[in-house]
Amino acid sequence: MINWPNFVSQVFNGVVLGALLALISSGLTIIYGTLGVLNLAHGAMFMLGGYAGWVAYTYTSSFIVAVIAGSLFVMLVGVVMERVIIRHFYSRPPEDQLLVTFGIGIVFVETVRFLFGSLTKTVPPPSGLVGITPLGFMFYPTYRLALLGIVAVALMALYIALYRTRIGMIVRAGIEDSVMVGSLGIDVYKVFMLVFGIGAMAAGFTGIVNAPVVSIAPDVGEAILVQTFVVIVIGGVGSFPGAVLGGFIAGEIISITSMLNPGYSYVMLFVAMTLVLVLRPYGLLGTAGRE
Amino acid sequence: MRSQRPFVIEALTAIGLIVAPFVLPYLDFTPTTMSRIVVWGLFGIGFDILYGFTGLLSFGQSAFYGTGGMVAAYLLTIVGFPRVVIAVIVGMIAASIIGYLIGLIALRRTGIYFAMITVAIAEVFYFVEFNPLSEYTGGENGLPGVPTPTFPLGFTTIHIDTDWSLYTFFAFWYLVGIVIALRIVRSPFGVIFSAIRDNPLRAAAVGHNVHDYKLAAFVIAAAYAGLAGGLLGVLQGFMPPEAFTFDTSGQLVIQTAIGGAGTLFGPLVGATVWLYLSDFFQNTLHLGATWKLVLGIVFVLLVCFLHRGLIGGINDLYDLAAGRGAAKVEPEAPAAFSGVTAEAAQKAAPIGFAREPAPPAMPAASRTTNDFSGPILRASGLTKRYGGLLANSDIHFTVNRGELRGIIGPNGAGKTTLFKMLTCEVPPTSGKIMFEGRDITGMNVTDVCQLGLTKSYQVNQLFTRLTVRENLTIAALAERRGKFRLDMLRRVRKIYGLTEQVEHTLELVDLTAHPDKPVSALPYGEKRRLEVGLALACSPSLLLLDEPLAGMSPRERIEMVDLLKSISRGRTIIIIDHDMHSLFELVERVTVLQEGRVLIEGTPGEIKGNKAVQEAYLGGVLAA
Repeated sequence: MINWPNFVSQVFNGVVLGALLALISSGLTIIYGTLGVLNLAHGAMFMLGGYAGWVAYTYTSSFIVAVIAGSLFVMLVGVVMERVIIRHFYSRPPEDQLLVTFGIGIVFVETVRFLFGSLTKTVPPPSGLVGITPLGFMFYPTYRLALLGIVAVALMALYIALYRTRIGMIVRAGIEDSVMVGSLGIDVYKVFMLVFGIGAMAAGFTGIVNAPVVSIAPDVGEAILVQTFVVIVIGGVGSFPGAVLGGFIAGEIISITSMLNPGYSYVMLFVAMTLVLVLRPYGLLGTAGRE
Repeated sequence: MRSQRPFVIEALTAIGLIVAPFVLPYLDFTPTTMSRIVVWGLFGIGFDILYGFTGLLSFGQSAFYGTGGMVAAYLLTIVGFPRVVIAVIVGMIAASIIGYLIGLIALRRTGIYFAMITVAIAEVFYFVEFNPLSEYTGGENGLPGVPTPTFPLGFTTIHIDTDWSLYTFFAFWYLVGIVIALRIVRSPFGVIFSAIRDNPLRAAAVGHNVHDYKLAAFVIAAAYAGLAGGLLGVLQGFMPPEAFTFDTSGQLVIQTAIGGAGTLFGPLVGATVWLYLSDFFQNTLHLGATWKLVLGIVFVLLVCFLHRGLIGGINDLYDLAAGRGAAKVEPEAPAAFSGVTAEAAQKAAPIGFAREPAPPAMPAASRTTNDFSGPILRASGLTKRYGGLLANSDIHFTVNRGELRGIIGPNGAGKTTLFKMLTCEVPPTSGKIMFEGRDITGMNVTDVCQLGLTKSYQVNQLFTRLTVRENLTIAALAERRGKFRLDMLRRVRKIYGLTEQVEHTLELVDLTAHPDKPVSALPYGEKRRLEVGLALACSPSLLLLDEPLAGMSPRERIEMVDLLKSISRGRTIIIIDHDMHSLFELVERVTVLQEGRVLIEGTPGEIKGNKAVQEAYLGGVLAA
């Protein structure tokens, strides 16, 4: 028998998880769409964001500073990574790109393990957002409610950056046809570097704002990476709206299945992914011809 | 494979496996480490066939490794089945079946989608093992008590329970695995796998069922993984749930990349390096958990600088030492021709190109439907719309058997789109295509090629990492064997008539000078001839050539026109080209397309004098 209050709160959890997945997947999908590189280190960047924020928090005790530090640090890591390594892989086969980003992910995880050990770290939510909030029909952790707002704002910012600015237009044009953008006299490498930085920042930002909910550990990015892949397969590779839609779908599937039997949440995710692959091989909002 | 002599590699592998226990212990390899290396190597053979040969990078091999291991361990521990070898083989079969089912899903997409889907699926297996199926798999405890094998021989029983006897047991399986894998890569499967890795589009266009071959590679990889998983349980005396983790898949990928993909032995070399270094870093240097960081950095550097792994690096060094590196790029066109004009070259042609009289054109393969007597091709009302763009509109087009037809038209007239529809590369928006009296509308490019209709591409679509001979073999194999056949243990050269067909095509397109050169090292004109050769090797009854003369030097054009003349005997050909001078000389009838419609059709003479055609080509002056 379904326990209704529990069900409603799980639906809420699903929305929060979905928003987080939407944000981190957007980062991965715009990088892939623009640069044609699937960044297997994206999960590790999520983890790096959490750790960078945690370090900033231990020194300043300010959550805001932690969020800014986590985001900027991972953005910097992304820019450097693109400039130093990824740039040399654009002309190499996609398999080599997968191998190198996979290797970089391992280096990130093991570096963090080397510096901070394998034990989990926690970042408490900011003082104003602790405790629970009555919503009339149920009580819900205040920070998670706030998280929903924070992530919604971040998604909106990403949307505005992509759809309402000049640089965003260049990025979207690059997703369609980066060769053409290059021949229009736009320095695509600069755009690539910026996009990689923004995509990485989305991962890092998600990593730190999620830290008060789920404590951080060096390998916390691995599971997130897998979920991100499912989100992207469902939504359609390279599609920002697809990542958002896929994120919410995956979030709800995980949360609601977890209520019934946590062991099956991945199975259900997999079933959903398979259904999409069978019925709409290019993803719900993807376009045909993109591999 | 480099060596043509039979069984040399197999014999060397056997010797290596026998000698290893006498040498490696001096380098601090324990028998258990060596057993682990061999099991990882075996796991990697299948993965290398999938990734190195077929080009499908899976990050989810742990699913099959774990499945094979768990099924075998379940039979041996909970069921109490006594025969270890049979249990391991049952595990392998289970993994293959699972591999088949998973392959059906994962292979719906290629490239990075494939990588993502395999990751996701492997994660599902991990969770299923831990939770819903924990009753059978022991959940996070795994299955302890996997017995070692015993072989009752009647008079005595052989117990394989010491470290060295276990190594022998695993080494035997590795040898069996490598012998079978070598057979596979020397069979038609091996060539076709490489073709799919290099250019899946063309592999399908010459008539191979790419999806089925990919699925076969996927199942082969799953079978090797399942076998290795079963042996892992025997090795450890316990089936660890960690076999299912993403780390397992990742380690396999890393080891294969370190050793060198596409070599079959790469994973073994990689496993040796990985396991040796991990022991060395942890036990000798006492790095603790940091060893993985060091190995991660080593791996990233390796991917950056040594594309083809250790074996590839050693091969390159060997080639360099043998002086072969310099010979790779040699200027092909003799300098004497560099400044020669088209006319002069043409005049010189009869002398300069007094090559052997062209061999008689290979007869188009006799297919069952050849008794049809009407026009070989009849397209009616063909229309293709790309969004708002009307590429072809209501095209009616008939070609008779034995005809040599030219198609001309200004850029953007819809010539290539028409060819794409005729070969069923793209479906028409409306209209109907009849080939030899059969409705082929809506069929796919592979089936149409198997029926005897194929084309050469406007932009070369070759298998660039393979040799000229291998390229033609790929095309000829499709014609000889059909679009899919499970003959993965048959040797390529044993296929009836294949060698003749390949040699004949080589002569026909005049590439006999260096048939074993990699295509990437050929000059453009020869690549272009090979492009036509690929289509010819399919023995088509109707051959479409999309701008065969495009981008060629005057000298190369003359060679190509000669070639086209020689292959046109006894064959129906449709040629698109902008070089009207050459085209009018070749063809009997010409169809002119303009803005997606048929403008006019007639003999070259009629077309030359036609006002509307002159109008279509700006200014009304023919380019000739």
